[in-house]
Amino acid sequence: MVRVLLVRGLLAGLLAGFAAGIFAFLVGEPYVDSAIALEEAVAGDGHHAEELVSRAGQQGGLFLATALYGLALGGLFALAYAFARGRTGPRSDPALAVALAGAGFAAVVLVPFVKYPANPPAVGDPATIGQRTTLYLVAVAIGLLAVAAGAVAHRLAGGAGPRSWLAGGLAFLVPVAVSWAVLPAVDEVAEGFPASLLWNFRLASLGTQVVLWGALGALFAYLSYRAAARAAQPIPV
Amino acid sequence: MSQITTPHTQPIPLRRLAWWTLAVPVLLLVAYLVTFDQGAISQAGNYLHELMHDGRHLLGVPCH
Repeated sequence: MVRVLLVRGLLAGLLAGFAAGIFAFLVGEPYVDSAIALEEAVAGDGHHAEELVSRAGQQGGLFLATALYGLALGGLFALAYAFARGRTGPRSDPALAVALAGAGFAAVVLVPFVKYPANPPAVGDPATIGQRTTLYLVAVAIGLLAVAAGAVAHRLAGGAGPRSWLAGGLAFLVPVAVSWAVLPAVDEVAEGFPASLLWNFRLASLGTQVVLWGALGALFAYLSYRAAARAAQPIPV
Repeated sequence: MSQITTPHTQPIPLRRLAWWTLAVPVLLLVAYLVTFDQGAISQAGNYLHELMHDGRHLLGVPCH
């Protein structure tokens, strides 16, 4: 059973990763290019001068990155799904897939993004990358713990009805809001960096994650439907 | 309610799930190679890092 779910998750994740790559390529790449052009104009013979991978290579690498990321995400998603199934969340398999994808998106993308949004090339001080990476991972961990806390509180408060949703919502939102207020701010946008470029890049980045998680949930739900329909059919002789 | 009409799904026993958690580090390693590796684990120098540069930016991971 777990093997079936894992294969389903890896497949859904890989396809979702490709879909996210297509979105990122069409919507996000123009902003990455603009940001790199600005970076090179500012730096002159900047650190992109001696290139290990060409720009075309990096644009192709985008698909490799989103596909591999989707694959790994799909596998982890499937294992979380295998744990949740029959324990928590909606009873129906497709509904559980969509609910879990929504919860995962909130935990892993939304909570970190609101505090530490994505940055295009040319934004961010290389000297602080270690610190920013740590803060980003802390925000991901807080998102995951807050979603888990919300699910547990929802269940403890009865698992149905307005009180349990209120308890679940509060158990999720309070730690998230406190962490947003308490975690140190990162603002390394250079003076004069175009606001519209930064905004558009960040929306494209968020959109890439929406496509990734949305497609993952939808494809996993679709494959669950198909598996259930097949199992319900009499075996052809 | 719906519990009556839908068949009750038995949870997968934790004992059986435990074995599969071995896949978690492998999956996290793949995610790590995409998002954070700079040659320390892949031994590919900065090649993977540079190759997946755009993906990392657009996935929203801190890059440089």
